Amino acid sequence: MRALALGGAYAAAFAAGCLRPVYLFAAEWNKAAFDAKALADTMKNIGAGSATDSDQIQLKAPEIAENGAIVPVEITSRIPDTQTIYIVADKNPQPLVAIFEIQPGLEPFISTRIKMGESSKVRVLVKAAGKFYVTSQEVKVTIGGCGG
Amino acid sequence: MADAMKIRAQLQGDLADVKVLMFHPMETGLRKDAVSGEIIPLHFIQRVVATHNGKTVMNAQWSRAVSKNPFINFRIRGAKTGDKVAISWEDNNGETASIETTLN
Repeated sequence: MRALALGGAYAAAFAAGCLRPVYLFAAEWNKAAFDAKALADTMKNIGAGSATDSDQIQLKAPEIAENGAIVPVEITSRIPDTQTIYIVADKNPQPLVAIFEIQPGLEPFISTRIKMGESSKVRVLVKAAGKFYVTSQEVKVTIGGCGG
Repeated sequence: MADAMKIRAQLQGDLADVKVLMFHPMETGLRKDAVSGEIIPLHFIQRVVATHNGKTVMNAQWSRAVSKNPFINFRIRGAKTGDKVAISWEDNNGETASIETTLN
């Protein structure tokens, strides 16, 4: 009986998708954008040649981060049809930190924690209806979070 | 990878507030081992997918600059009791992990 119960749990986990996650990863990892070292190349590789400043993107990040290894960032976009949210730390060795594609059903809100090598501007880009919008905030880092 | 993640979801009206903690070193490839002095190889989560009842709601791509033991909070609209929310990740070594919770 016990073996049967375990088998059932395994089958349920399998059916729920727990044991076959890989096929879900539809999007290619944007190597060119993540490897870019110059901010201009980062922007070019995500397709954001120009971005309009927007007060409809809310970025909550600390003004002073004592530990660059853990900098909390919270992003809310009020731009209609927000498709993608990008987090960029201007002076990181590779500025692009993360890309979040917002599919139908997901609120355009993300909260996470990032590493910053040194004090720099944190930039959030939003792609909505094919156009790019941006907001940014200066974050002063006391202890850098890349090496150490 | 039994304990690769923790997930907690709270339903407020039709909004599911989902918090996920992933246990992963997120090595930048820039750090040296304190004892051997050797560079610790790059090892980081590259892709993250969240689903609501099997339908993808978030597709993320990450760099090495997401903090160690990544935390992420997101919100799903149109959720109800009994719905399933799952999240999966894959790192640069091809390792993967998934976790699922049922909203209540």
